[in-house]
Amino acid sequence: MAAAIRQPGWYRGALGALLGAAFGFGLVVALRAISGLDVFQTEQTGYPHVIVPLITTPFGFLFGFGAFDYWFRWAAGKPTVPEDHSGHGATKWQDYFRFNTDHKVIGTQYVVTTLFFFLIGGLLALLMRAELAQPGDQIVAANTFNGLFSTHAVVMIFLFIIPVFAGLANYVLPLMIGAPDMAFPRLNALSFWLLPMAGIIFLASFLAPGGSFDAGWTGYAPLSTGAPLGQSFFNIGVQFAGASSIATALNFLVTIITMRAPGMNLWRMPLLVWANLSTSLLVVGATPFIAGAQFMVFFDRILGMNFFNFLQGGDVISYQHIFWFYSHPAVYIMMLPGFGIISEIISTHARKPVFGYRLMALALIGIVVLSYSVWAHHMFVAGMFSWLRVPIMITTMLIAVPTGIKVFSWLGTLFYGKIHTYSTAMLFALAFIVTFTIGGISGVMLGMIPIDIHVSDTYFVVAHIHFVLFGGSVFTIFAGIYHWFPKMTGRMYDERLGRVHFWGTVVGTWFTFIPMHWIGMDGMPRRVADYATQYGDWNLLISVSAFVLGAVQLVFLYNMIVSWRFGPKAGDNPWRANSIEWLVSSPPPVFNFDEIPRVVGGPYEYGTPGARHAIMGGEDEGAEVPKTKPSTVAAPS
Amino acid sequence: MTRLPILKMVLAVIVLGAIQSVVLLQFDWFGDAASTAAGPIDTLMDVTIVLSSFIFAIVCVALGYALIKWRAKPGDEGDGLPIHGNTRLEIVWTIIPVIIVLALAGYSWAVLDDIEKTDSNALHVNAYAQQFAWTFGYPEDGNKWSEGELHVPVDRQVIFDLQAQDVIHSFWVPEWRIKKDAVPGLKTDVVVTPDKVGTYQLICAELCGIGHTTMRAKVVVESQADYDAWVKKQTTKVPELLLTTDQFKQEQLKKEEQSGGIEGSGVVEQ
Ligand code: HEM
Ligand SMILES: [Cu+2]
Ligand SMILES: [Cu+2]
Repeated sequence: MAAAIRQPGWYRGALGALLGAAFGFGLVVALRAISGLDVFQTEQTGYPHVIVPLITTPFGFLFGFGAFDYWFRWAAGKPTVPEDHSGHGATKWQDYFRFNTDHKVIGTQYVVTTLFFFLIGGLLALLMRAELAQPGDQIVAANTFNGLFSTHAVVMIFLFIIPVFAGLANYVLPLMIGAPDMAFPRLNALSFWLLPMAGIIFLASFLAPGGSFDAGWTGYAPLSTGAPLGQSFFNIGVQFAGASSIATALNFLVTIITMRAPGMNLWRMPLLVWANLSTSLLVVGATPFIAGAQFMVFFDRILGMNFFNFLQGGDVISYQHIFWFYSHPAVYIMMLPGFGIISEIISTHARKPVFGYRLMALALIGIVVLSYSVWAHHMFVAGMFSWLRVPIMITTMLIAVPTGIKVFSWLGTLFYGKIHTYSTAMLFALAFIVTFTIGGISGVMLGMIPIDIHVSDTYFVVAHIHFVLFGGSVFTIFAGIYHWFPKMTGRMYDERLGRVHFWGTVVGTWFTFIPMHWIGMDGMPRRVADYATQYGDWNLLISVSAFVLGAVQLVFLYNMIVSWRFGPKAGDNPWRANSIEWLVSSPPPVFNFDEIPRVVGGPYEYGTPGARHAIMGGEDEGAEVPKTKPSTVAAPS
Repeated sequence: MTRLPILKMVLAVIVLGAIQSVVLLQFDWFGDAASTAAGPIDTLMDVTIVLSSFIFAIVCVALGYALIKWRAKPGDEGDGLPIHGNTRLEIVWTIIPVIIVLALAGYSWAVLDDIEKTDSNALHVNAYAQQFAWTFGYPEDGNKWSEGELHVPVDRQVIFDLQAQDVIHSFWVPEWRIKKDAVPGLKTDVVVTPDKVGTYQLICAELCGIGHTTMRAKVVVESQADYDAWVKKQTTKVPELLLTTDQFKQEQLKKEEQSGGIEGSGVVEQ
């Protein structure tokens, strides 16, 4: 036992958490006692004896778990433990529950953990839909309802969509660029382990007196600065999720910039790599703003600062500016990686190069740049300076242009291809194009100020965000998981169950979210537990469809779990794809490559006989490198 | 390489887009209209819906055609044509959308200017928002005060000066198509010219706490004569604390020490 406690791991982690909690609690109690204050301060925005341990406990756990061992030894000038790679790779299931530094293990940890939170977020949504199935109050009280939509959104955004993309990219991106791992494997592992901390903090807020945070995922001040204790859990949880996100983005940036295999110049990078490069640029630039915004609310709450206290000269609207300066880019943080996934899948399954590859890459960069200039379209009716509205409307609507380029180029990729639709991944990719187009169109409508004045804060906005986030991001996530499942597990999933999941999800999405446009335009506000009786029938339809949509996700989970264990062997390259991750075994060896591959051509050279993307080490030295440029046929006009 | 049946595809887009437009225009999307802003906004929406129908039709026709025409036969292991792009086409689908969105933005701007134009003889009404109720002051009629019920004359422009006393609320009457947040510590206003006599509902559209769902008020639009008679009948005046900022602040500070708000007063019904 004593030995187990000295080793990094769960025992030492539990001990660390305990010590962390005791330290935080003791510090508050001691300092308050010395200062002659009430030892326990229980104003609803206070509770320092809960708040401080909430910060110290996760750190205690991470110290104990071994997240900082190497760095501390190094910083203290002690001899570092020579890297024996014992923290790397997985040979048994227990290895997934360690502080593992292998990008493939971390990728799997991310995906499984985030899917777990997807399930939780989904259950919260179904609870809401149960309440909303009929007008009147049925199941939950009004304050519980506010807590439900707030935690639903926060769990989905910060613990599912943003990190699941980081997980998928963690797994495939180093393989795709021919790198043995991410640039900073220990930072990578720390990024992952920060996530469950954030998740536990968010969900623990349900136990706080006054219930979970309930000011919406947007947490507008001054509603949030005066809200019960749960709001502080949100303020702190976001710091953990945000730190995880920023660290991962830095890791991706350095990996992509410095670790590409020889021969992979920028114009030979697969679009998934471009997409994650763009996303990471958004994350490192924007995420500090939400961290700052939540710290300011937090300090207003517990230290009596007055950033947003209008009675003391604070400025209420500035919260929204800071918040959206992150949260608009965040919507593209939740979409660009999906764009990358779709490009890979469509090209592979249509057996054709991505149409207009360079413009596709430039469109991503264009979106990054424009993303920083549109935040105030969430504030058209917020009472901000009115002159800012028109310029923001113009930049907002211009964002539809690079987005449109992507849609048209995917369609162009299909033309003159050989389109295979046997894979569930491809089905989701094709459906994504259609559903996402609807979300883009409603986005442009929202960008037009006179229309937004009417539909802002209504169910129309709820419809828009779900078409882009469910019909958009989540479809691409499903596509990505199906596509790389054989690579990650070495086994094939069941396409028949995949189809059931696909059709159920498509129909469920449309029937759940299409009617929301209509009731929103007609006058139903968002974030309400009850509504005018005239919307009863529509809401019933929405709720029934939502339950179908929820139920069909169980098919997905069943398929994934059972196939992971019992699926037929997949082989190295079941989709006959070109990019490098498919040229290694499934699952890939611990350090990915015996010898770093050489990249000799573009990533999508389908249809050009003899053209190759990469040559693996170990292949004949003399393996011929095609000298001729792949022929380019102009599309007929 | 087979040539594309461009003409047929364009035709298909036109037919599909037209069908969608016609079907979609049958619905009265924004519901009843009762202000002069509703006309231009509803037209703007209709134009956008028609344009969107055609854009959506392009996507559907292209996807449908590709799937019918180039679906791989089972067992076909071959590749598609190695087409990497077409600069001319790519320029086209960059430039045309730029033109479309800029045109829509210009149109929206014009509508915005139109609906926000103010009259010099507009009636000023104060709307006070607090958790979870609306009250109204009529400064041009001796600061008369009404709680939970707003009266305005028809066919005369009204400028609502919004004031929030605790958190952010939002002033929304769907039939008027206007909305503006009431922000503590900030003066915001919203312009509207009601043009239809009737009873409507004022809805708080910004999450403001437990009673947000039921934070509603009755809106009565009536003839100038009825309005005048109604105002005369009112006996209460706007409380001092809503008028004097200093006292208002003091009251706020006092209120902050206590906790909780008033229960929702409105009803969710139309
Ligand atoms: C064509 C591109 C798009 C445009 C022009 C657009 C425009 C807008 C506008 C103007 C709003 C504010 C509506 C309001 O609150 O009154 C909005 C809200 C929102 N959009 Fe988009 N959007 C686009 C694409 C996306 C994408 C790709 C995503 C995410 C994947 C997204 C996610 C959201 C979310 C989450 C909100 C609501 C935030 C909230 O208030 O809770 N949008 N969009
Ligand atoms: Cu936005
Ligand atoms: Cu409200």
